[in-house]
Amino acid sequence: MLEVEQLSVNYRGILALDEISFTLSPGELVGLIGPNGAGKSTLIKALLGLLPMRGRALMDDRPLQQQRHRIAYIPQRSQIDWDYPITAWNVVMMASTATTGWFKNPGQQAKWRAEAALAQVQMTDLRRRQIGQLSGGQQQRVFLARALAQQADLFFFDEPFTGIDKKTEDIMLSIFAELRAQGKTLLICSHEWGDSLNRYDRLLLLNRTLLANDLPKAVMTLENIRRAYGENLQPVAHSHPEMPFFC
Amino acid sequence: MLNWLLEPLTYEFMRNALAAGILVGILCPIVGTYLVVQRMALLGDVIAHAVLPGLAIANFWGIEMLFGAFTFGMLSTFVITWIRTQSRVKVDAAMALTFASFFALGVTLLTVLKSRLDLEELLFGDILSVSSADVWRAVWVAFVVLMLIKLFYKELLFYTFDRMGAEAMGLPVHLINLGLMAGITLTLIVGMKVVGVILVVSLMVGPAITAFLLVKELHQMMAVGAGLGMFASITGMYLSYYLDLPSGPTIALTVFGLFLFALLFSPTQGVLTRPRNQLLTRPPRHSSKK
Repeated sequence: MLEVEQLSVNYRGILALDEISFTLSPGELVGLIGPNGAGKSTLIKALLGLLPMRGRALMDDRPLQQQRHRIAYIPQRSQIDWDYPITAWNVVMMASTATTGWFKNPGQQAKWRAEAALAQVQMTDLRRRQIGQLSGGQQQRVFLARALAQQADLFFFDEPFTGIDKKTEDIMLSIFAELRAQGKTLLICSHEWGDSLNRYDRLLLLNRTLLANDLPKAVMTLENIRRAYGENLQPVAHSHPEMPFFC
Repeated sequence: MLNWLLEPLTYEFMRNALAAGILVGILCPIVGTYLVVQRMALLGDVIAHAVLPGLAIANFWGIEMLFGAFTFGMLSTFVITWIRTQSRVKVDAAMALTFASFFALGVTLLTVLKSRLDLEELLFGDILSVSSADVWRAVWVAFVVLMLIKLFYKELLFYTFDRMGAEAMGLPVHLINLGLMAGITLTLIVGMKVVGVILVVSLMVGPAITAFLLVKELHQMMAVGAGLGMFASITGMYLSYYLDLPSGPTIALTVFGLFLFALLFSPTQGVLTRPRNQLLTRPPRHSSKK
């Protein structure tokens, strides 16, 4: 169980996150939503220890920072230089870098794990390709495979559904379901909107503070969304009256 | 032909120059590969100029030049990182300012301390005046730096490819960065002592980007880059010997010639040789930032 208590982040003199508290349970698929600049990526980075923060983050009653090997992080696509000279296989093998230890080469087990992870995302045939020669969806699957090979308990995804094809989306959703069944915890940062949010067990609506933390249906109310996105939003016609769409 | 190859070797200055050229021809492209993949190719240029205050001080106090130069080379990387992380200023601007300021401080110190350091030799180098001591210093630095790259290869690969991912996984990224900067600075210092600032920057960047056009993995880029750097050094030396050209610039121009050749004729990415339909099959390019 991940417990976040009164987490605040100051970034270059600006209060980016203000006293955020929530818990995530094993087997939960949670969506982290909010407008641009709401602090979604900042929250994930703070939990990963990449930004200085105040407050506490505990995983099974111990500080999260001391258990980083239990977290798998899938970065936003824009953070990666896709021209970097590296093959899909070697990206996935990075999963074992921290656990292998200094001065050693990854063992046979690490290779088996990487092979299994690549097979799971259906990328075995393309593993010798340089990553820039893959499509957006295939690139996303390579990073998903790296996360799987890491055998983490907690998964953070930063905008995983941006710029991917239908096949990749299907593979990702089935892997999310599998991880959930295994009792893993998944936090997915997303700016998507509408029906697709029903796929989550719970939504965290963020805009510097945590505005709502509940079932998708309960979070996606007109009032909540106006609080997060401003008063000027207008609902538009939509197939689900209880799930308003905004523009 | 054999005579043609052996004749220059009868002179000690040519033997030393060739040994030094081969050594930096191997070392610089391997280290430079890390600069290129991090989009920091200009950092080599910055550090190479920023060591000047250190050289002036070392010269004045009569201490080993490597220490003075290393201190100020590293200091310049700290200043760049500090400006970049503490403000909205981007890295290129931070590098440009640091470059000019450190160099200005160096020139000032040279004047104030009335140093007899030859600025021209430092900038343009003279591979033909390399001493055995310079060669041995380069041998030691090359040995240490290459051993460290071999030992920490997987950590450096992760760090330079996906710094945030590496940090998230708990790798000591600040330490890795420090080690990388130290290796780059040391390489630049021994390199510039042997061949001058311009040629050392050329050997750091040129063979690495040439290899980048030919291969798809980092270690291949290093191996091919080292081969090209060595080839350029040897070819440049012989050309300069027989055509009576200045050695350093001839090597630098050979490096550029090799790059141009790869740019035009690389089997997969060459302007003239890449598959015609590549524009249609290649996935869309993505904007990316560091």
